Amino acid sequence: MIDVQNLTKNYGTHCAVDHISFHVNEGEILGFLGPNGAGKSTTMNMLTGYLSSTDGAVKIGGYDILEEPNAAKANIGYLPEQPPLYMDMTVREYLDFMYELKKCTLPRAQHIAEICKIMKIDHVYGRLIKNLSKGYRQRVGMAQALIGNPPVLILDEPTVGLDPSQIVEIRALIKALGKKHTVILSSHILPEVEAVCDRLVIISNGRIVADDTADNLIRNYSSDRRLMLRVAGPAFEVEKLIHGIEGVKSVHPLTSHESGTTDFAIELKEGADIRYALFNKLAENKFPLLSSRSMERSLEDIFMTLTTENFSAKKRGDR
Amino acid sequence: MRAVFRKEFRSYFTSPIGFIVLAFIYFFGSFSFFAYNMTYGYTSLQYVFQSLYSILLLLVLPILTMRLFSDERRQKTDQALFTAPTSLTSIVMGKFFAALLLYGIGIGITLLYAVIIAFKASPDWLVVSGNFLGLLLLGGMIIAIGLLVSCLTESQFIAVIGTFGISLALLLIDSLSSLFRSVTWLLPVVNFLSVSQRYAGFTTGLVRYNDVIFFLSMTAMFLFLAVRVLDRKRWN
Repeated sequence: MIDVQNLTKNYGTHCAVDHISFHVNEGEILGFLGPNGAGKSTTMNMLTGYLSSTDGAVKIGGYDILEEPNAAKANIGYLPEQPPLYMDMTVREYLDFMYELKKCTLPRAQHIAEICKIMKIDHVYGRLIKNLSKGYRQRVGMAQALIGNPPVLILDEPTVGLDPSQIVEIRALIKALGKKHTVILSSHILPEVEAVCDRLVIISNGRIVADDTADNLIRNYSSDRRLMLRVAGPAFEVEKLIHGIEGVKSVHPLTSHESGTTDFAIELKEGADIRYALFNKLAENKFPLLSSRSMERSLEDIFMTLTTENFSAKKRGDR
Repeated sequence: MRAVFRKEFRSYFTSPIGFIVLAFIYFFGSFSFFAYNMTYGYTSLQYVFQSLYSILLLLVLPILTMRLFSDERRQKTDQALFTAPTSLTSIVMGKFFAALLLYGIGIGITLLYAVIIAFKASPDWLVVSGNFLGLLLLGGMIIAIGLLVSCLTESQFIAVIGTFGISLALLLIDSLSSLFRSVTWLLPVVNFLSVSQRYAGFTTGLVRYNDVIFFLSMTAMFLFLAVRVLDRKRWN
């Protein structure tokens, strides 16, 4: 549905977006992640045709955004970082205007009423936008993006400025929209992206540093996987026992807060899964396994690793 | 184009600008009408048109056009406009015609004056319509200039000053020809560009094709430049 090839944007000598390529399938929710100034908004502005690219191509539903802008733009609903609202208009006037501007052909009153209902702005319908709170403005901005039922939604930080319950609502809404629409969502709130998106693209200094599902990212970047165990039994014997299991790299006994038990930190070889063997072995020797949890690296850790200066510098050297 | 046109025209009346501009035109127009036509009994509307020409064009039109694009850019609403499936040209034209319509409504008051005079005497309709057409064409050109300038800046203040400066320069370009009499090649250029000379024909009811075409093509050129400026902003 969205095809980005070698997209590049130079501002003078500064390269804001540097040859990025990715693809978004129909009905997919793609999370677009990156620290401030990584090039998220610039990329989104290029995807929607607001900015032109220095190099590369963007295709929306098969239409090139620069070659056939009107056909491509008709497929997009865009919520920029700052919602494009006319403060002097009422919500009604604004949505009417956007409806006309987008040359929408759906039944007007019904379509707009439906969107207002979804976004829960029907009770502020007659109010001036400048009198609305930030959360409501954000919703009106989102409503604007939904007008015309475009197959592609591009949302630049849609939950900024909302209160926690609204954030939950909007996330659920985006998730629901993702069933019928192709969505690109930018954010720097990791739990949000993890909760909503099918796939993540992480961008840093204008380059893509990762493009995968959240689960895969966690698995791939947690090469040093560790297990934390609590076992009832003599520390030395249990340690020896665990050491004998295939796939174990090293075992470190730790002190436990529970008497008669020992905690162990186990480092595993790459790709090894020792949970069954571990359980059986401990059971055979009647050492009860009290708890076990895997110490995977969180998405935050991975994000930090991927986007810190060192990593980017190394990547740059590779190119 | 229709959506932008309607939005822009309506926004003149949701902000004070539309009312101020109309009040300004009506006040100065009616002042001259009252003084010369009602009090002294002239049947000619030349003083009304003269006061509109001098005051209105330079003071009122820059205000009419100052926010057309500068405000969009400042409030980032241009992101909605330029990502909609609508061409830049039709956005520019929509805004141009909205400003032109408001201006037309403003100077339309002169036709009312003519009708009032027609009750007691017979106004020279050719001169009235020539003047009206001249004001409309010249106003259209200045609106196009203002639109171009407002594409160039985010500040409404700079847009007003810039439009005022360029329009004033075009209206006063005549005086150059007397200053630079020795530079012979400059004369035809100045005469060609001389807005006031071309406008003078209209005030006597003389509508020359080349003058009409001059104003129309200058308007088209400034509108074209505005589209190019907007497009160029996307490229750097």
